[in-house]
Amino acid sequence: MKFAVRVEVRLRQGIADPEGATIERALPALGFDDVRGVTAGRSFRFELDADDEAAARGRAGELARRLLANPVIEDADVELRPLARTGERR
Amino acid sequence: MSARVGVVVFPGTNCEHDTVTALERAGATGTLVWHTEQRLDGLDAVVLPGGFAHGDYLRPGAIARFSPVMAAVERFAAGGGPVLGICNGFQVLTEAGLLPGALVKNRGLRFVCAPACVRVDSTQSVLTGGVDEGRELAIPVNHFSGSYVCDDRTLAELRDTGRVVLRYVENPNGSVDDIAGVASRAGNVVGLMPHPERASDPLVGSDDGLPLLRALVGAAAGVRAA
Repeated sequence: MKFAVRVEVRLRQGIADPEGATIERALPALGFDDVRGVTAGRSFRFELDADDEAAARGRAGELARRLLANPVIEDADVELRPLARTGERR
Repeated sequence: MSARVGVVVFPGTNCEHDTVTALERAGATGTLVWHTEQRLDGLDAVVLPGGFAHGDYLRPGAIARFSPVMAAVERFAAGGGPVLGICNGFQVLTEAGLLPGALVKNRGLRFVCAPACVRVDSTQSVLTGGVDEGRELAIPVNHFSGSYVCDDRTLAELRDTGRVVLRYVENPNGSVDDIAGVASRAGNVVGLMPHPERASDPLVGSDDGLPLLRALVGAAAGVRAA
């Protein structure tokens, strides 16, 4: 089966996030003075072949831990859904 | 015969020639090692120099740690061989798990390229052995992701076991506890953000990097003699 995977990587609690803080500080100038708690992260999308959803989740999680995120400073969330057939839009 | 020090070149490394020149001023023979090498035969120490290995894509050092040479560097380190990571090389060593912690974007998202003053706070490493503890050295920094972080337990362990080898006198990047350089448990793997190779000749403003590089070359010579 083919799965569409999205991995979201963000800094762990307690790790300074100067990018998020800088964005948040800029917001009042645009009139967004009602926004709090901005954090910046990254998201990765890819397709994965696996026998079933559990296997896909395992592989994607391993990829997230070994490469996409640095566990010392970052957490990763994995979301996935089966693709009906090859070539379907992610 | 002088100690042979390999200087690893990843695609995007840019401090390799300066590093070889500085190592030779410190008494070694420097040799470039391309990142696809799988063996480090005949080398007495290895340096991962500064630059932007693999474009620093994803995170600095994140792709470089999977370069073929890194398996050889891990074996070399496990056997007690002296390994030094300078700037980007330090980032590669933390990504590879050869040193604890991580290097994140500088405080205030500020790229720093400036002279810095670092203090030798432990001599229990191949980079600081024989250098006077407390000695202050003028060595430049040049980085965007040089703010050292680690969890509290790791920090306590580093402090208690003399593994914080260099601290900034004035913190340029927000590093926890002013940390500029750390060593492995055995002291044979060391990473630092400042560039000792850029302080290896009075002509460029400082040769305070030489005592550190001489210590490394001395440790390498010890490997050769053993």
